[in-house]
Amino acid sequence: MDGQYSEDHIVTTRTYTVAWLALLLLLAATIAVARLDLLARFSVLGSLVIASMKAGLVLAFFMHLKYEGRFLKALLAGTLFALTVLIGLTFVDVWYR
Amino acid sequence: MSTETGHIDRQGKKMGMWFFLFTEILFFGGMFLLYSIFRSKYAQDFHRGAAGENLLLGTINTVILLTSSYTIALSVSAIRKGKKLLSSRLQAVTIVMGLAFLTIKYFEWDAKIALGLYPDSPILLKLGKGEILFFGLYYVMTGLHGLHVLAGCVVIAFMLSFTLVGTINREKYARLENTGLYWHFVDIVWIYLYPLFYLVT
Repeated sequence: MDGQYSEDHIVTTRTYTVAWLALLLLLAATIAVARLDLLARFSVLGSLVIASMKAGLVLAFFMHLKYEGRFLKALLAGTLFALTVLIGLTFVDVWYR
Repeated sequence: MSTETGHIDRQGKKMGMWFFLFTEILFFGGMFLLYSIFRSKYAQDFHRGAAGENLLLGTINTVILLTSSYTIALSVSAIRKGKKLLSSRLQAVTIVMGLAFLTIKYFEWDAKIALGLYPDSPILLKLGKGEILFFGLYYVMTGLHGLHVLAGCVVIAFMLSFTLVGTINREKYARLENTGLYWHFVDIVWIYLYPLFYLVT
């Protein structure tokens, strides 16, 4: 392992509060984008991008990923990569069948 | 558990939880795959299905789950600072929010079922193929997510009792921390379900 683990790191209340407020702001943003049809035909993509930003905030701060070592981050990246390949290849199959 | 030297392998305990969460990602991932394939095939039907969702209730539920992630995260910080009472209260608040989420979900399902929109219902079977798929996926995905919320509430209730008797304390908090990780994961699943079922119309 790379010895970067910060076992004793306690995330401050302030950091959590900022993350929570940012999540609520992104929620407001995603509703605005969908209801006002701001992105027109890119609305699905826009919604998913905002959802991923929210997921990123939860992962980074609430789930402490920002403070974890590279090993765990790589494992998560590997899992997400596997899922992306699974979805990607299935789409290729469906489209070019 | 601690070894003779009193060392606690916090990293190992967390890693075990993360491995479980990876399997959960692929579990829900399969359903998201189904959703996206059928959505691309039956865009119009999915569009019509999602338009019938109650955006207000969905949004309230999103606020509830995001806030409950905040409170469970704060409860872990609190116990690590030795604030037992504060941590217990935050865990209790998290459970209440989880139950509130499920109650709202109950009313949403109830309203749909009252309209005759439930799997295999005569009204649903008369609709298009895509709409049958949309509502099928709606019930399976929000249902399995709801089960995860329920399981989370039960586990947090156990953690609350451990905190109160003191077996979870400022030195030994791995179980509470891992419960928090699970709860945040369930929150993330909802973060994706919300736009897919309520917003993208």
